[in-house]
Amino acid sequence: MIGKLINRLLQGIVVLFVLYTLTFFLIRALPYGPFQTEKAIPAHVIEKLKTQLGLDQPLHVQYIRPLKNILLEGNLGVSTRLEGRPVNEIMAQAFPVSIHLGIMSMILAILIGLPAGVISAYKKNSMVDYLLMATAMIGLCLPSFVIGPILAEYLGRSKQMFPVMGWDVRQVSTWGLPVFTLSLGYAAYLARLTRSGVLDVLSQDFVRTARAKGVSTVKILVKHCLRGGLIPSAAYIGPAFAGIISGSLVIEAVFQVPGLGRHFIKAIETNDANVIFGIVLLYGALVTLGNIASDFLIAWLNPRSRAQS
Amino acid sequence: MSLVIQKGTSLRADAMQRLKKNHAAVLGMYLLLLIVLAAVILPFTPLLADPNAQDLLVKNTQPNQQYWFGTDHLGRDIFSRVFYGGRISIAVAVLTTLVAVSIGVIYGAVAGYASNKVDALMMRCVDILYGMPFLVVVILLGKVLENMTAAWAADLVDLFTADTDSDDKINAVRTAIEPLVTMVPLFLAIGALSWLTISRIVRAQVQSIKKLEYIEAARSLGLSHFTILFRHILPNCIGPIIVYTTLTIPGVMLFEAVLSFLGLGLKPPNSSWGVLIKEGADMMLTNPWLLFFPSLFFSLTLLSLNFLGDGLRDALDPKSSKD
Repeated sequence: MIGKLINRLLQGIVVLFVLYTLTFFLIRALPYGPFQTEKAIPAHVIEKLKTQLGLDQPLHVQYIRPLKNILLEGNLGVSTRLEGRPVNEIMAQAFPVSIHLGIMSMILAILIGLPAGVISAYKKNSMVDYLLMATAMIGLCLPSFVIGPILAEYLGRSKQMFPVMGWDVRQVSTWGLPVFTLSLGYAAYLARLTRSGVLDVLSQDFVRTARAKGVSTVKILVKHCLRGGLIPSAAYIGPAFAGIISGSLVIEAVFQVPGLGRHFIKAIETNDANVIFGIVLLYGALVTLGNIASDFLIAWLNPRSRAQS
Repeated sequence: MSLVIQKGTSLRADAMQRLKKNHAAVLGMYLLLLIVLAAVILPFTPLLADPNAQDLLVKNTQPNQQYWFGTDHLGRDIFSRVFYGGRISIAVAVLTTLVAVSIGVIYGAVAGYASNKVDALMMRCVDILYGMPFLVVVILLGKVLENMTAAWAADLVDLFTADTDSDDKINAVRTAIEPLVTMVPLFLAIGALSWLTISRIVRAQVQSIKKLEYIEAARSLGLSHFTILFRHILPNCIGPIIVYTTLTIPGVMLFEAVLSFLGLGLKPPNSSWGVLIKEGADMMLTNPWLLFFPSLFFSLTLLSLNFLGDGLRDALDPKSSKD
């Protein structure tokens, strides 16, 4: 188990390294430099700035320098767009907001999706099942950037039930809507996966045996089927978390959430290399952690997969 | 007494029959056909007004008999914008999926057919790519490609207008080429990262097929690896490939819409459903029809693709059937 964890962490480090390299070259390939302002900057100032930021040095030095700083000091450098503000500081401000949004959405998606899927499987081919699955299908096909603005306008701006701007972790009303909107699609997908997973287990022989022994249906469902039935959903949790992390870019734009999303988009538009590195690597680390968590969840749910590895 | 000979059904006919029994999938198929045909054919008919023609006299008109879906703040006809936008959205989705599926099938087939070491290495690469934050990388990649394709667009315009000096003609060529070229970075960037799932599926299929006896026979006949893989193995993987192609399209469409919504995809005046939804979302309270109609068509397309994909999966692979 520990060997597997180390293995996965090593793989995660490789992922981050590849991601860093890819990002490095993509930033270099951007068609504009970091010093594009409406007013032309005098040439000697640009020279100075370049020296200060190390942009006048050969490519391999430029490649290694941020890497060394990040690894040795945990220092992401300074932002060029925000006039020398340290990237660490920007991230420290925006990251808690984004991660709060992401984790809450994940939790809400699980809280809605799993019970809906189990009920749907339990009441297979009944009205309840059709209704739940139809809702899930609609949830899959109505993207968050359609639902988001509708909720923001009707419940926020015209009914005044939720403030449309501002973010306060202590007040649910300020983050309730974004979290709900972000979680919907994932809840829908989880419900479908859980339903099919539980149905698979329900059709197996040991369930028939349990039934023949007179075990109650609810007990069969909870004690015998849930564990195996949740495996497909557990496998989806990793990709879902990755999706939520990047999906928060859209939600942050819709609800004007002061998270990493807007920093990222602005940074790309102004070639703010250090901010891009910081955010890309952070997202990459989160996705990796989500995938590892997913793997361990599967291993916990499914003893057979433990034996194989 | 007559002898009744029961005719056997082929695997494909069998699948077709199962698909036909699935009402949701059939409905999805017809709906999809209708929307795609409308988006492809309508722009060539006089039914649609110029999607970019502005008429400030009729700006912000509610849906009525002349403007079925209303008009926006510049007096542009939403009915025609929805179908022109749909054409671009569908084109981007189809081309992107084509890119993704081609990469995925070839990569997966080679990995599945190759020796264990090569296979392990190739799949490790897929694992690594799986760990990337997609949207973030696609945004960066798209920005980079945008610049390259803008240069191509200029070159192409020069190429087609080399023999003429008339500005009108140059402008006409430019308006014809630029929308096409602005789509290229989108589908290259999204396609370059959407092939992972399909490559895993094809690999698994190829691995199970390559152990069969007829492949051994093909090998003893001295056929080349290339022929064995692409003539004798891949055609037998066509079922899963079709299923996952159908299921990849909605994901890709959503991706394109997300990018356009964030202002990073297509640029106005070129419009896709994503661009239209964004414009609608900005004016939702006063002109709700601007959001309603593009979202309706977008969601209906996703819905029918999902229904069709699920139906195909259940029909082509009875074991994975959900009921």
